[in-house]
Formats: sequence, structure tokens, C-alpha cells
Amino acid sequence: MRLHEYQAKNVFADAGIPTPEATLASSVDEVVEAAEDIGYPVAVKAQVHVGGRGKAGGIKLAENKAEAEEYAEDILGMDLKGYHVERVLVEEAVNFKNELYVGVTMDRGEGKPVAMVSSKGGVDIESVAEETPEAIAREHVDPAFGMHPYQARKAVYEAGVPREVALDVASILQTLYQLWDDRDASEIEVNPLMITEDDEVIAADAVMNIDDDALFRQSDLAEMEEETYEDELEKKAGEYGFDYVRLDGNVGIIGNGAGLVMTTLDLVDYYGGTPANFLDIGGGAKAERVANALDMVFSDENVDSVVFNIFGGITRGDEVAKGINDALGQFDEIPKPVVVRLAGTRAEEGREILNDELVQVEETLEDAVQGAVKNAEGGQ
Amino acid sequence: MSVLVDEDTRVVVQGITGGEGKFHTAQMMDYGTNVVAGAVPGKGGQEVEGVPVYDTVEEAAREEDADASVVFVPPAFAADAVFEGLDAPLDLVVAITEGIPTQDMAKVHKRLGEVDTRLIGPNCPGIITPGEAKLGILPGNIFESGNVGLVSRSGTLTYQVVDNLTSRGIGQTTAIGIGGDPIIGTDFIDALELFEQDKDTQAVVMCGEIGGEDEEEAAQYIAQNMDTPVAGFIAGRTAPPGKRMGHAGAIVSGSGTGTAESKINALNDAGVPVGDTPNEVADHIEDFL
Repeated sequence: MRLHEYQAKNVFADAGIPTPEATLASSVDEVVEAAEDIGYPVAVKAQVHVGGRGKAGGIKLAENKAEAEEYAEDILGMDLKGYHVERVLVEEAVNFKNELYVGVTMDRGEGKPVAMVSSKGGVDIESVAEETPEAIAREHVDPAFGMHPYQARKAVYEAGVPREVALDVASILQTLYQLWDDRDASEIEVNPLMITEDDEVIAADAVMNIDDDALFRQSDLAEMEEETYEDELEKKAGEYGFDYVRLDGNVGIIGNGAGLVMTTLDLVDYYGGTPANFLDIGGGAKAERVANALDMVFSDENVDSVVFNIFGGITRGDEVAKGINDALGQFDEIPKPVVVRLAGTRAEEGREILNDELVQVEETLEDAVQGAVKNAEGGQ
Repeated sequence: MSVLVDEDTRVVVQGITGGEGKFHTAQMMDYGTNVVAGAVPGKGGQEVEGVPVYDTVEEAAREEDADASVVFVPPAFAADAVFEGLDAPLDLVVAITEGIPTQDMAKVHKRLGEVDTRLIGPNCPGIITPGEAKLGILPGNIFESGNVGLVSRSGTLTYQVVDNLTSRGIGQTTAIGIGGDPIIGTDFIDALELFEQDKDTQAVVMCGEIGGEDEEEAAQYIAQNMDTPVAGFIAGRTAPPGKRMGHAGAIVSGSGTGTAESKINALNDAGVPVGDTPNEVADHIEDFL
């Protein structure tokens, strides 16, 4: 789960990290009112879950009322990389002489959290990491013990943070680590962390992503979740609780287990088709869930054909077959041809149940995928 | 022959009184697994499937001389259950649970460096030595005893590849599902090392997927340390960058590492043929034997 900038900044501010004065606004009038309260210049910042908002026109600096109005009109309602902007953060523009980067994430290779500091802030940190990795100081943390203050200082000095603010930045890094640990973050960062003319340090942006698997013990953060989706189908997938990714092909793919579903996508491509989606029904799916999966894929208008690939371990073939029959039985005419391949637990029982007037049944993965690719060609 | 588990492995089921725990205890026992105890706090003294239940893993291990456990404990309590298995102490803990918070696993990972216990998983189908024992949820009937080792990040993909092997008469020594989470216990290199040392394992299948750099590191290990031939499969060639595909690990960062291409190239460079389809993996294994 990803927090919006304004939400993350509230969390940071509560933890004692300085943030600029700011107000959330959802109309032009509210933007102007907030800007007048804060005093010009102000930054008007789109609150959507995409990176590179500034470059995409989602962040603008207003020097006066006319500009605040103009930018509010520009940004509110705009389409930013597929997301509709409904709210902006109106924020005091900070005069800075320097921009830093600080963050904490999980180093999966090491199995440990790693704190990072760079004196090259304010830019895309991924390209800094790629082009000048030495510009980022990294400090691994013992997850059972937590971060020693000396480690935060070490990273800050290594990164070449100016002496006047080094201890303040170290203290902010320590606070970020504490938040990361307490709030089950998967990623937490401030970029840029601004150093003002008066040597104050202020978090001008805030990123905080929470581990979805840990939301059960972060209920206050879970309540902040404001799902935004790129399209209606992904929204539907969220409601059904599927792992679903929409792609741009025309062969709809449903399967169980991430590895097998990815493999099915790859085979569709291998046999000359193009996958329309990734949809994992997960383990142990019952008939209703299977029917929901078919509903999802049928409602994608790009889909010309569907392949169902189930290799049951926990998932039972007869249960899947029942779901497919139920879902297809509701139609007078099947909207798109469906190929089904059932293997593993109770697969034989499943194949017996399957109504082969409604679906094409194949024994092997290869035959099923090739069948679906052929059907898709016919549908175009 | 086999690695890690066989008919003598004495197994405790952690979470045996839950739905999954109970069902798979019966399945494991049907397969021949020597399940000697269950462990569930507060349920000591009960019996499940004829197996005595203890309040603690330590007591179960002591009373029933157990040396391994399978964890079917819900995610919120699963890391604690794994710690309990490590401290009992057992030789092997297999964590089936999906959805354990990553920070819990980071703490487990740290502890693993300090103990002799081996962890498999979490979020994995488990481990099976065909004809002898299975610890986990794998469908036993598709496996057959033989001389090919298998290690995989994905459960259902494991079943698919095993099916391709078994259907042409190629059996397996042991199959290890290591799990698709970002932080796991036993990794590819650990499993490959076990197979390299097992005199009965004559070839190994390694199934990886996009995300992380474990396959690239495994490729290096294979080139430098293995005489046993390895064939590979990498899922996620068609995955678009930046999208997460189910497994926590299966995300492509877009920065040139962790992609299917970089993994396939690394394996090819290490002399490991990578199948375009699971069936082709079986072709390569057939060539080796």
C-alpha cells in the first residue's frame, strides 16, 4: 500500500520530521484560499500515485493569485500518466541552497534493511544509483536490533552532507528508520530533503509504502488507503481480490500460482499470440472465485479468447470445473471461446464435470495455449 | 536417495489443528511421511489424525524425537512459529504460510545466521522425496522416484515441470520449493549445493522467475562449483517492467537486472540450457541422462 504525499508528510511530521506548511485542496477556490493563507510563492502538487510528477506537469510553482488559479485549473482534473488528479497539495515553497536524498528500504539480497543518504537529491535517485553509485552512502541495519545513532551519522558523513546540518540529517534518518520499522514500511524516503539558507532541514517530498502483508497490524495506516486504479478492470480485480495485471494483447489468461500464470503468458507469446492479462486466482479457489475470474476476463473488450490453466495442489480441479460451468451456463452464447486445461488434484473429476459443449478441453499446457492462440486469431 | 528429507524424517506439524494443518497432515501421512506430533499453543493433550498435539515445539521434539517441522500457522503468528522451530531446536523447518510480513522475515533471516537449523520457505509448496516423504502441500501423485533434483521459486510451476519429467519416465531425487518471497531461508545456491553433494542426483532443474538477482548469483555458483548438469526455466519473459505479478519477488525493476533476459543470459553463460517451455526443460534433462 502506498501513502499519498500528504499522508506520508503527516506521518513524518507527527514523528518530528520538519515538513513545509501545506493544505490539501480539491477545487480551484480551495487552492487559492490555501495559497493566500500560506503566502506566495506556493507549490501546487498533484496527489496521485505516480513518480516523476514534476516532469509530467503535476507540480507547479505559483507566485501569485492569478498563477495559483491557473495552475489549480491545469492540474485538478488532469490525466497524469493514466491517473485522474482529484486533489492537490498547496505547499509553502521552501527557499533552499541544497537538496539531499534520505531513505530506507529492504535489501532483499542481504535480507536486511538498508539506510541510504545522498548529497545528490532532488533528482531521480534510480539514475543516480545507476550512473554514480558512489554518490549514495549505504548502511545496512541489523533488523533484530535496529539502527545505532552512529550508523546514521556514518552514512551522513560518508555522503558528504554539509557539516552545519549533518547531525540534523542523521537524526532525520534515524527517525525514518524508526518509522520504517514501527510502521512495516517497505520503502520510505525523502527526496528532496531541502537545506534552507538558514541551515534548516525540511522534507519537501515524502514517500511511504507499507508492506501489504503487514496491514493487519497497521490498522490506522490501512484506513488511509485510497485506491486509485489505472482502469475499471484493475478496480474490479481489487474488489474480487485477484492478482491481476492488464496487458495489451487479446488472449485472456487465468491460472493458479504466480509462476505458472507467468509461464502461461510466456507460452502464449512463444506460440505467436499476445497476452491480454495476468490473472492468478490463487490457491484453493472455490467455484465462485473461478466464476469471478471469468467475469473479469470477459469484461475486457480486447480479449478475443481465453485460456484457463490450472495445476491443482491445494486447488481442486472439480471445484474449478464447477465454477467454469456455473459462469458459462449463464450465457445464451459464450462471449469468447474458452480453452481449459486441468491437471493435478482432482483434475480427472474436473474434466468429467466440465461441459465440453461450452469449453474446449485440452490435456497439456502446450495444446491449451496453442488452442487459445488459434481462437484469438479467429476472433480478430 | 535424497536430500534433506526421507522416510526416517520425524515431523512436527505446527498449526496442526487449523483447517490447512489438519488436511495436509492427513495428506502427508497418506503419502508415507512420518508425522510424529503436532504443536499448537493451548491445544496440548489433543490428538489430530491420531497424532499427539503438544503446546510447544520443544516439548513435541523432546517427547517424540522429532527433527523437522512444517508450519501451517497464519501469517500474523508464522514468524514466531518459525523462531520456535529454530530454537526447539529442529534440523529443518518448512514454512508453507503465505503473506508473512517482510520485516518479520528479515528478523528470521538474521536468526538463521546464528543457528544450525535450515529453513525452507516461506510461501512455498514444501519439499518432497518421492516415495518416501513430503513436507508440505505438493500433490504427491505426480512425483516419481528417480535421479533428478529440482529447485523452484514457484509451486505450481514446479508441478508443471515435474509433470513433464514424470510423464516421460524421468523421476526425481528430491524437489524443493524455496518460495517466491523477497526474503527466504534456503535459496537456489543452498539447494544446488545439496544436489551437487548428493551422489544419486544426476541432473538438476532450476526454475526461477523475474525479480531479484538470485538466479544470476546461482548461475555464477553453477559455473564455479558444479559438475552435475543443470537445466533452467525462467518465468516472466513477457512481464512488463514496473508491474508486480503475484509473487512479492516477481517484479521487474526496469534497471536491467532481475529481468528474464538477464537471468537467461546469466544461466546460458554458465553453461545452463534454459527451456523456452517447461517441456523443453525436460528435453534438456533427457539429454543429460
